[in-house]
Amino acid sequence: MTDITASSFVRQDLVAERPAPVRTTGFIGLVRTRLLNSPTNILLTILGALLLWYTVIPALKFLLVDAVWTGTDRTACLPEKAGFVVGACWPYIQAKLPQLIYGFYPEAERWRVNLTFILAAVLLLPLLIPRLPAKGLNSGLFFFAFPVIAFFLLHGGGINGFGLSWTAGLLQLFDDSVIGAGQGLVGLSKSSAIGPLLWVIGNFIVLVGTAIQWLIFPLTWLRGQLQAGGQSIWIDFAITTIVISLILFYLGGGMRTGWRALASSIATFIGIAIVIKLMGLDHGGLPIVTTNLWGGLLVTLVVSVTGIVTSMPIGIALALGRRSTIPLIRIFSIAFIEFWRGVPLITVLFFATYMLPLFLPGNFSVDGLMRALIGIALFTGAYQAENVRGGLAAIPRGQGEAASALGLSWWKTTSLIVLPQALRHVIPNLVNSFISLFKDTSLVSIVALFDLLGSLRASFSDPVWSTPSTAFTGFAFAGIIYFIFCFGMSRYSLFVEKRLNVHRRN
Amino acid sequence: MSTSPIVKISGLNKWYGDFHVLRDIDLEVEKGERIVICGPSGSGKSTLIRCINALEEFQEGEIVVDGIELGPNLKHIDAVRREVGMVFQSFNLFPHLTVLDNCTLAPIWVRNIPKKDAEATAMKFLERVKIPHQANKFPGQMSGGQQQRVAIARALTMNPKVMLFDEPTSALDPEMVKEVLDTMVDLAKEGMTMLVVTHEMGFAKEVANRVVFMDAGQIIESNTPQEFFAHPQHARSQLFLSQILR
Repeated sequence: MTDITASSFVRQDLVAERPAPVRTTGFIGLVRTRLLNSPTNILLTILGALLLWYTVIPALKFLLVDAVWTGTDRTACLPEKAGFVVGACWPYIQAKLPQLIYGFYPEAERWRVNLTFILAAVLLLPLLIPRLPAKGLNSGLFFFAFPVIAFFLLHGGGINGFGLSWTAGLLQLFDDSVIGAGQGLVGLSKSSAIGPLLWVIGNFIVLVGTAIQWLIFPLTWLRGQLQAGGQSIWIDFAITTIVISLILFYLGGGMRTGWRALASSIATFIGIAIVIKLMGLDHGGLPIVTTNLWGGLLVTLVVSVTGIVTSMPIGIALALGRRSTIPLIRIFSIAFIEFWRGVPLITVLFFATYMLPLFLPGNFSVDGLMRALIGIALFTGAYQAENVRGGLAAIPRGQGEAASALGLSWWKTTSLIVLPQALRHVIPNLVNSFISLFKDTSLVSIVALFDLLGSLRASFSDPVWSTPSTAFTGFAFAGIIYFIFCFGMSRYSLFVEKRLNVHRRN
Repeated sequence: MSTSPIVKISGLNKWYGDFHVLRDIDLEVEKGERIVICGPSGSGKSTLIRCINALEEFQEGEIVVDGIELGPNLKHIDAVRREVGMVFQSFNLFPHLTVLDNCTLAPIWVRNIPKKDAEATAMKFLERVKIPHQANKFPGQMSGGQQQRVAIARALTMNPKVMLFDEPTSALDPEMVKEVLDTMVDLAKEGMTMLVVTHEMGFAKEVANRVVFMDAGQIIESNTPQEFFAHPQHARSQLFLSQILR
């Protein structure tokens, strides 16, 4: 064996202790390596510190330090009474909070709004947490059952028919308009150059309409019988349940595999029946609160949630339509998108609220809030369509080809291969539009709907709370509420993005 | 068994605008036959096999796959696609689905096979292409060669009667070419009917029953690999072979 101590690689004596290197971790390290490591960075650090000093400190001072926390009217927030320069006047917010949340919703009925909020939270939160099970049932409840329940909760009123009556009514309406059109043409034929032709076409249409009338006569007759009887809704309900369940049973595969569809259909109808019974919809339901009494955060949330939920399917349909190979669909989609993108939201709301009623037939009226909702949904839908189209354009052609080669139909290729990828690409854009929509809901105040901001501005005129800092306090409060919702959406979208884009991390 | 060819192409003509890409193609493929289609780029090889499963439409002629007729109006397109599997140059795996989901998607949604059975079948094919342990990975986490083998397994899960390969090794690093070719050789040994567009002449020599040489949208020569490589008949194929086999 060789003598290892003779090797030059082995130390002959101990190394002297040296001072530790400059720390690069922790707070001190951060300051050294990131904030003060060069003259430019030192300058930027100083500027940043000054910026914080001049914005954050005064804001905190206004909101917390100089704020008044208790009081019953304006005197508490007056500088001469308080003895110092008064910041935020929180008692004012406290006093106006009901108005900011419910608007003019009658006090005795406000539990309905609260119940709706709770219901929404209970259904939405589990939907947002990926770990929890039963996403299908949950989303079905949130997207389909909840809107209906929320309508009857918030608006009130009952139903005087069910599936059968509605179908009969709808068919009747359709048939009436067909016959009406035919009669119109016949009337026109007397004063037209192509009179005989119009007369023939008109009479033909009337004939078709009459034929349809005979065809749907059993339905309308049954409806008449039901309306005449006492417990009309429940018989109607039972018939609808049986018919729909049998159809689903048949579509689900009949005797072999249809039992599952049958069971879930019957379960759904039992659920509907329970809701109808609980809310007393079969005999008038809750007292009606018309939408012009709704206000505050309630309107903001109703408008934005409806807008967000309905604009997505509209946007996806339009984006797919715009890439369709069928000219009619493509041209319609392009025209629709360009029209809605070309007009300002204010114009849309104004048109929907004040002009639309002039064009609709006399007996046909749509609720004011509903008109604004439809306007906003279509408007946002057009924007979402372009966002989605961006995602669709990012999908390589090979994806569709591979799916086709495997025998997947266009619908399956689109829903299983193309859309899941396209939507993941554009989550930031979609959420961007959601956030923008959430804030744009404040525009409904120009069509006499009092959303959060509208209710706030209305409350400024109350002389009981007129102080120099009232407006600042109000806007600060509204700003915080908007920020909480928008920041929440933003953070959640980041979480979703990370989760869904697992496949892109190598 | 019947002696009628499993793929029969007759009088096939295709134009891209004014450009005549496929001219009077006639080709018959017997069951179990392995055909390698080669030729210079732009000669219409890929277009030809993409016509067989109707990824490309054509203006004249007729293609019959396993007795199902595919004319210029592309009727029976779904029926044909169910019989024909395809492997692409760029893999075209679905990046948002795991390897296993890639392989079960079509059986579940096209053939309505229960998920459990589809997964068992998919695992069987993944074992055959020797990557069962990667089943829960995403395609983006695998090498090109592995992705292409998954693509082969994915096509096989539909139990196709004919497999089309569109330059399956052209997008791969040289060292990964072998693993994919080995998989294809195994498949050939099991008796699968294969139409392969490739520049891998070694593969052609080893497994092909017939080599089809295309140029300018026409089939110029069709012969056994031995004959084709030893005694190419046409000047164009001689030139092609002299360049490719330097």
